[in-house]
Amino acid sequence: MKLLEYQAKEVLASLGIAIPPGRVAHTPDEAAVACAELGPVAVKAQVPVGGRGKAGGIKLARTPEEARAAAAQIIGMDIKGFKVPLVYCESALDIEREVYLGFTVDRDARANILMLSARGGMDIEQVAEESPESIARLYPNPWRGPLEFELNQLAFEASLGEFARQLSALIKKLYRAIPELDAVTAEINPLVVTTRGEIVAGDAKLEIDENAAWRHKDLDQRYGSVLEGDPYEVEAKKRGLTYVSLDGDVGIVGNGAGLCMSTLDLVQRAGGKAANFCDIGGGAKAEVVENALAVILKNPRVKGVLINVFGGITRGDEVARGIVTARDRLKMKLPLVVRLSGTREEEGRAILREHGIEPGASAWEAAQKIVELTKAPATR
Amino acid sequence: MSILIDSSTRVIVQGITGREGTFHTEQMLEMGTNVVGGTSPGKGGTTHVGVPVFNTVAEAVRATEPNASGIFVPAPFAPDAIMEAAANGIELIVCITEGIPIQDMIRVKDFLRGYPRARLLGANCPGLITPGKAKIGIIPQRISSPGHVGLVSRSGTLTYEVGTALTAAGMGQSTIVGIGGDPVLGLTFKDVIELFEKDPQTTHLVVIGEIGGADEERAAELLGMGSRLKTVAFISGRTAPEGKRMGHAGAIISGNRGTAKSKEEAFRAAGVAVAETTDDIVALLR
Repeated sequence: MKLLEYQAKEVLASLGIAIPPGRVAHTPDEAAVACAELGPVAVKAQVPVGGRGKAGGIKLARTPEEARAAAAQIIGMDIKGFKVPLVYCESALDIEREVYLGFTVDRDARANILMLSARGGMDIEQVAEESPESIARLYPNPWRGPLEFELNQLAFEASLGEFARQLSALIKKLYRAIPELDAVTAEINPLVVTTRGEIVAGDAKLEIDENAAWRHKDLDQRYGSVLEGDPYEVEAKKRGLTYVSLDGDVGIVGNGAGLCMSTLDLVQRAGGKAANFCDIGGGAKAEVVENALAVILKNPRVKGVLINVFGGITRGDEVARGIVTARDRLKMKLPLVVRLSGTREEEGRAILREHGIEPGASAWEAAQKIVELTKAPATR
Repeated sequence: MSILIDSSTRVIVQGITGREGTFHTEQMLEMGTNVVGGTSPGKGGTTHVGVPVFNTVAEAVRATEPNASGIFVPAPFAPDAIMEAAANGIELIVCITEGIPIQDMIRVKDFLRGYPRARLLGANCPGLITPGKAKIGIIPQRISSPGHVGLVSRSGTLTYEVGTALTAAGMGQSTIVGIGGDPVLGLTFKDVIELFEKDPQTTHLVVIGEIGGADEERAAELLGMGSRLKTVAFISGRTAPEGKRMGHAGAIISGNRGTAKSKEEAFRAAGVAVAETTDDIVALLR
């Protein structure tokens, strides 16, 4: 789960990290009230994706009128596929300098990595590329967390020795998000040193491991509902499916992530474009296939569906019957091509043919077939 | 010969009395795997699918001297099960369980540093099979046949797909290893390829990778330094959209690695044939 900035900041504040005063605003009027209360503010789009500043999602407002106008512009704006639901109005900071501080999982090292740099701000990725040595790194022991001397060392290596004491205390607080909240990313960029020498979180990115959601039901209850995403993805999640919306018109169902991804690749190779990625996992039970089709068919862009199932231990005839049942129950009229492989695949294909569903002999053939079928009406 | 398992491997199943544990233990036994015991706390002393059940791995080790374990316990308990196996001297630990939180796996990986003889496969993997001999995990026996191709993969069903194609083409396999798709896992492509390289039965190699991480790039580097195996690589996910990233941290540490393009280029640079589709693998391997 990716938290929005204001949510992440609430969490940081609960860990004892200083954040600037701020108010959430759902409407331009609320933004004006927030500004009247707080003085000059930054009006910031709340979306679970990076790069909103460059996309025009952050505006400074000195007066309530300016805040109202900024919020009117930003709310409803599209930033990288996310419609901005609300803004966060936050007291403008007197910035002395901007520092980068981030934790994430370094999958190649199979460890958490903590990074600190004196060159924080929007261009940190460029800094990383041009002068990687200016980013100090630490792999804290996952059982006991970072030690005092390690943090002290880190601060000096990042040329931030003068703030070593303050930074060390702050990093220990941020680190708590890892063992206590299962954060897989916890980033403060910029971490602002104000003209008065205080260290405050200018922005906050917090991502919680989906696999650990069962340990953090409170977070999901508190923040989950605000994060309106793609409607099909939301629907799929409710039905327990692994689903990602894409911008093509061929619906895809596969079992296993790798097989599903390679099915997308094949559809593209055949000249089509997938409308989604939908992994139904192992067994390919009738009920799960029906759930997957139900979500895919809600998308009006979808012109046809390709189901690619490799039944390891599952029987092909059972999968075929499940697909037929699902199609009939959903009264599906669009072209449907099924590629089935596994035990009793021949019986499975016969069942499909009997019910007017095209079986594909190989995944590649099936991909070509569905692309042909979905393109046909347009060329007619 | 083969790698990691054969008929002499003495296997226990942690979580043997659960639904998945029961079904797959039966499948493992059916192909002749030497399953010597299982664990299920509180059910010690009983017998399940013809196999003696113990309360703990320690008890199972004393009674049956296993050297490998398959783990089928639910995600909240799997990290502990892995550490229990390692602490009791099990040398090959295969964790099938999916959905283990990343932080738990990071702690497990750190714990395993204290047990250098323990090898972990997975988690969230289909396991491994030496055709005609033995298997630990959920890879269906019928996709495999004995032979000389080493197959190592990050994906489950795609492995079955390629195993089936190889088998149909008369190209049997020495061992098929599914390393799993989680970001933090045990054995890597590189670890498994090193084992195939040392196995005289293996003459050919198929590597099935996926976007994300840099394990494929590392494997390519290793193969580029000289290999006796005729190798074909396949990467799935070339058309997958880039994840919508929030922070910069991921980009700082991984740079351009991780894309299908970077992985395919790495293999080509190492002199390894790259298959466009899984259907092409067999032809390229001949």
